Amino acid sequence: MADRSGYQQMTALGRSRLKGKLTLLCDAKTDGSFLVHHFLSFFLKAKCKVCFVALVQSFSHYNIVGQKLGVSLTTAWERGQLVFLEALKTSLDIFFQTPAGPHPLQFLREASARNLQPLYAFVQEALKPEDGGEATWRHPVLLVDDLSVLLSLGVRAVAVLDFIHYCRATVCTELKGNLVALVHDSGDAADEENDLLVSGLSHQSHLILRAEGLATGFCKDVHGQLKVLWRRPSQAAAQRDRSLTYQYKIQDKTVSFFAKGLSPAVL
Amino acid sequence: MAAAATCGAGAGSPGSVAAAVDRSSATSFQRKGPRAGGADGGGPRLVSIAGTRPSVRNGQLLVSTGLPALDQLLGGGLAVGTVLLIEEDKYNIYSPLLFKYFLAEGIVSGHTLLVASAREHPAGILQELPAPLLDDSYEKEFDEDGCNHKTPDSSMKMKIAWRYQLLPKMEAGPVSSSRFGHYYDTSKKIPQELLRTAKWHGFFLPERISPPLTVEPCHLTHGYMKLLEFIKKIVSEEGVDGSHPQKKTKNILRIGIQSLGSPLWGDDACCAEACDDSHSLTKFLYVLRGLVRASLSACLVTVPAHLIQNKAITARVTSLSDTVVGLESFVGSERETNPLYKDYHGLIHIRQIPRLNNLICDESDVKDLAFKLKRKLFTIETGL
Repeated sequence: MADRSGYQQMTALGRSRLKGKLTLLCDAKTDGSFLVHHFLSFFLKAKCKVCFVALVQSFSHYNIVGQKLGVSLTTAWERGQLVFLEALKTSLDIFFQTPAGPHPLQFLREASARNLQPLYAFVQEALKPEDGGEATWRHPVLLVDDLSVLLSLGVRAVAVLDFIHYCRATVCTELKGNLVALVHDSGDAADEENDLLVSGLSHQSHLILRAEGLATGFCKDVHGQLKVLWRRPSQAAAQRDRSLTYQYKIQDKTVSFFAKGLSPAVL
Repeated sequence: MAAAATCGAGAGSPGSVAAAVDRSSATSFQRKGPRAGGADGGGPRLVSIAGTRPSVRNGQLLVSTGLPALDQLLGGGLAVGTVLLIEEDKYNIYSPLLFKYFLAEGIVSGHTLLVASAREHPAGILQELPAPLLDDSYEKEFDEDGCNHKTPDSSMKMKIAWRYQLLPKMEAGPVSSSRFGHYYDTSKKIPQELLRTAKWHGFFLPERISPPLTVEPCHLTHGYMKLLEFIKKIVSEEGVDGSHPQKKTKNILRIGIQSLGSPLWGDDACCAEACDDSHSLTKFLYVLRGLVRASLSACLVTVPAHLIQNKAITARVTSLSDTVVGLESFVGSERETNPLYKDYHGLIHIRQIPRLNNLICDESDVKDLAFKLKRKLFTIETGL
């Protein structure tokens, strides 16, 4: 487990050592949680070890949706494949009484948390490779839902960026795994801290999935538009980033995607 | 909640997290979560509590907000375990009505109430609740108010009301009512015998406030901290968080918090743009949601959103709540004289509906909704 000085060193090292994929899920004026459910079930089915930091919803919510998508979170948790931090529940423990030792949600007790080191320590502990040679699970994945709520809880945007930076170093580079995080993008410049967070993360990401509402307003048959952007943050911008746009409709057990303007309801 | 889900890694996890694992495995409140009434994988075991019904879509347990029209727009009702945020209208004329309907519905259904206010004493608020229109008196109200604006939706509402008549009614006492969602007469006060049977807890801020410490634990505004501690105490006393597994009859706790975020609570979100307690309100809502999620309670919070100076806080408050409804009254605005709106008192905006245990939610197709306070009823009509 990294001590405090190690954490500060890592932050200072910068991007040069970072490899691996950071996928950023972004939603603008719509609900992008279907992407989180998708990635969760995708990685669990792919037999990856998943550490899920769930800051906004309860375990049973993800479990019930996961069952519709074909995975059982309870089974995955029992087998040790899934490490789940249910923040809504554990926040009550740390909020109402002083914790005995370091707690991943310690920032709740502080006025303006300067860093998320205990949370990082939790992630590192959860995803560390098993001792004794044979790995039961494939490369580890860290999934965070969502990062914007950390700003509402008093954490500075810079601290969140540091936390992701640090998690990338461990999860993506060292353990050759993946990092998927959801942020809300309000678009209008009302929330400066959030904009800072979104731009900072966009520049670090390899893949950005941006769910937006339709420009023309609410539609019953097309729930929104998804922009997929592939980036290469570490290389020079000589090669153009690839991007694709789809429109989608969310259904009970799946999400159907189609090209712009070609919704079955319209054709 | 389905088997304590924190930190499966075991060794090396912080002590308090491990404690959470032990505690929840000791209660019988395990398999069926308080919200996932019939939708749990382990087989449906619908919890039958007075004044609730399972959602048509996913078996979620719902309670009525006190306004059947609003229930319909929210997909059947307010889900147990969620927070409904009402953005107050400019002069705070209509949002207290919604607040009172919510509480009155709780009394008529026999739920326990928790009323928190910084402005009025909870006992005073309860005295002002509207009287329920039980049985046949409500039909007369519908007929008297005329049928000029009979949109298809409102005529469908009438049919539902008729069907309720055919259900067997429970006997005599005014407290017991098998119906889901009642109509209230705002010109009459709730009968005293009904109030006497009601079980409620009040939180009046001026009574609870003690000399504030220089630095609050968790850095919340003093009033908010006291309120959260009070809610936690009541939740565990009433056993709605499953801490008394031997209690046979389960009940819902309805929490009503009035004008959260206003300066009366000690929060300066409405006073200055760069306020000192900029995270107080959002932290409060987060912890409140955690408390409500883990128990059989439903919470209604009214917030004077139009007064909050920092728009970032308004956006964060919206995303931290489950359901958000905004009221916009025409009083004092140029819309008051607009002929399009002449029959209505204001617009109602359903800003957010949660997607609970589901990828989709029951969004209403119609987005233009206007409300009108008729002589004795509050109606919401679609299309203008």
